[in-house]
Amino acid sequence: MANETEDKELKDHREPDQSRRNFLKNSGYAVGGLIVGGVVGSLLRTPKKATTNNNANTGNGNNGGAPAAEPVNFNQALMYFTQEQFLITEAATERLFPADDNGPGAKELGVAYYIDHQLAGEWGNNGREYMQGPFYKGETTQGYQGRLKRREIFDIGLQEIQNYSNKKYQKKFKDLAPEEQDAVLKAFETDEVKLTTISASGFFKTLFSATMEGVYADPLYGGNNNMNGWKLKNYPGNQMSYAKIIEQDQFAKMPPVSLKEHLPHS
Amino acid sequence: MATKLPKTDVVIVGVGWGGGIIASELTKQGLSVVGLERGKERKTEDYYMVHDELRYALRYEMFQDLSRETITFRGNEKIRALPMRSYGSFLLGDGLGGSGVHWNGQTFRFLPYDFEIRSKTIERYGKNKIPDGMTIQDWGITYEQLEPYFDKFEKVAGISGEENPKGGKRSDKYPTGPMKTTPGMKLFADACKGLNYHPYHMPSANLSDQYTNPDGIARAACQYCGFCERFGCEYGAKADPVVTVIPVAKNTGKFELRTHSNVRRVLHKGGKATGVLYVDTTTGEEYEQPADIVVLTSYVFNNVRLLLMSNIGKPYDPKTGTGVIGKNYAYQVLKGAAVGFYEDKEFNLFAGAGALGMCIDDFNGDNFDHKDLNFIHGANISYSQTGARPIQNNVVPPGTPTWGKDFKAASIKYANRHLNVGAQGSCMPFRHHYLDLDPTYKDEFGDPLMRITFDFEDQDRELVKFMGAKCGEILKEMGADKVVANTKLAPYEITTYQSTHNTGGVIMGSSPDTSAVNNYLQMWDVDNLFVIGASAFPHNSGYNPTGTVGALAYRAAEGIIKYHKKPGSLV
Repeated sequence: MANETEDKELKDHREPDQSRRNFLKNSGYAVGGLIVGGVVGSLLRTPKKATTNNNANTGNGNNGGAPAAEPVNFNQALMYFTQEQFLITEAATERLFPADDNGPGAKELGVAYYIDHQLAGEWGNNGREYMQGPFYKGETTQGYQGRLKRREIFDIGLQEIQNYSNKKYQKKFKDLAPEEQDAVLKAFETDEVKLTTISASGFFKTLFSATMEGVYADPLYGGNNNMNGWKLKNYPGNQMSYAKIIEQDQFAKMPPVSLKEHLPHS
Repeated sequence: MATKLPKTDVVIVGVGWGGGIIASELTKQGLSVVGLERGKERKTEDYYMVHDELRYALRYEMFQDLSRETITFRGNEKIRALPMRSYGSFLLGDGLGGSGVHWNGQTFRFLPYDFEIRSKTIERYGKNKIPDGMTIQDWGITYEQLEPYFDKFEKVAGISGEENPKGGKRSDKYPTGPMKTTPGMKLFADACKGLNYHPYHMPSANLSDQYTNPDGIARAACQYCGFCERFGCEYGAKADPVVTVIPVAKNTGKFELRTHSNVRRVLHKGGKATGVLYVDTTTGEEYEQPADIVVLTSYVFNNVRLLLMSNIGKPYDPKTGTGVIGKNYAYQVLKGAAVGFYEDKEFNLFAGAGALGMCIDDFNGDNFDHKDLNFIHGANISYSQTGARPIQNNVVPPGTPTWGKDFKAASIKYANRHLNVGAQGSCMPFRHHYLDLDPTYKDEFGDPLMRITFDFEDQDRELVKFMGAKCGEILKEMGADKVVANTKLAPYEITTYQSTHNTGGVIMGSSPDTSAVNNYLQMWDVDNLFVIGASAFPHNSGYNPTGTVGALAYRAAEGIIKYHKKPGSLV
């Protein structure tokens, strides 16, 4: 598997602290040249072994190639969803972004945990959005004009997915065959499902965009498990500089780095 | 009752590029300046964790909290304006440095044609070329008059670039050389040369090299990390007010910055501004800050809103076309674009910088013949490599399913195998495009929200049709295996990001009948009140606005210093 190979490359060839120190030395940020304060200066620190699993509580288990115990990921618990809501979300997002020959899908990447955590916070509560009335139905050019917050929309949307599955197939959504799950999602995407309280297609769009976030956001948010989302696209994550490769013709494949690597290790 | 504070020479409202430039120039001349900024303080150290697409690009870390204040929008006067409840079309800056912090850094000069657009259009094509309802007007200043101020802004910001072969005459070259050239940029340049166009490196505020500006401010070079637009720069390499002009003002000892200070009214008496009324948002207390000179330097919408809420200037009336405050709201016309897919070539698209690109002006301004075209003006056409961050960049060929297995495979395959060429279309003002106070929706203080009445016109649709085809033609020449050009423009909508290039509302000109401010951005009606920003643009050009905002701010600063010595109208 491609990703296993990359994991090995990561362990063998990359020592993030060292590369950052070299970068600072070579680019003249740390010595000579202009003194640039703030962020860069505070990156100078004692090199220490780093973790390659950002969601893991155990820091050094993967170093040195020795077999390590499966680390516990304490981040994988629920802040908002009920268990039923979680299972629907996990099954639905896996259909939106399924595991295939390219690599893992939404389930393995932790997307449902990501969505749960987001709904528990400001985004789920539309905390920085204008939610004052009066509420009128507007033109599509005017955007969302409802009074419901995202977590309320998910409550309703997930329940309606379950209801539709039960009605049409007499099974829970998570127990449907993949093709049946796709048909249910399609019915929401196209508004074939007629809902009175929310827009089925609006909910589908939010579910899809949240899925993409869970696949590709920094692993600190609970998705993109082990940076495996980034590896699908050869996206290198949080790098200090591309000055050396920006002009080069051939593709620069490099192991990804997460924001965790940016923090000094105590 | 508001607490009345000691009087200052000058009070500025909003500390972004406009406020920072005014503060630095005035304090260097010994004036005392108080800067009121409603957001928080910002510094380079804040961006330690900036390579976070979710937090900054999708959760809008740097932007105004819409739960406190937003705008309302309608496509025309017949429908009810409704609030922009979440972000979409444009992003409102907040905090020290304002939008000047989260910009890409693409720093153009508007063309000589822009400043005399009405005269030059009539001169070349006759009066009938300007369609009914299009309210273009000359700016009351020429490119030649503004050139020294462009030069000044470029030197302070350290703009990296090379001469635009189709631009206005320059008194000096850019202070730093152009940015690096990526393989995609080279393809674009070669293709354009093959088509007899005139490519040049996009002028960039992401420094190509270490640079010390005339104020002695030293900054380091861009590292092409791919996080500019919507992000602050962790290196201070991208010019923003916090790392250029604001420290200069602070070093004089004459600049007092007050953050969390939200100005609600400009106070005035007998045709003179007397100061401003503001709220300390940390305590809710109201203060009156008296000043000899008041300068509005907030974003377009708030400049207009403050004037209307303070009953200063004559509000624009679209029925009669009279009045000026809120007139000539314009935007940017961006849908003329094309994407090219490559089967056998991979580009390092994850790398980039906000203003890393190659562009042409062969179809901008009046650089081409419009005799047989149903639009005026044009667009800067560019290929830029700003860093393809993975959540927001999932380009797939048409016909690909929008989710599921095939979508996943295509979005992964083409992540680094596509190039975009886009046209930044100019936007002409129309009589029925304007800003006024919303009758229904309020901000956190109970003040009315700004209301936008705007839609795209035939002019814009014709422009997109023309530019989309040009972009496609260039991409074919760039060797893409499959080229998809967009030549259609749907009605304007508020939900999809387009650009934060909103303009107009307090426009400049040569007569108080048709403009709100003169060519020093001094209000005709209140001569100790200056209003700075893209709010002064009578139309929007086929470029990013910041270069021209910077130039106008330096000219205004000169005017304010003159006014301080000898009050009265500056023109």
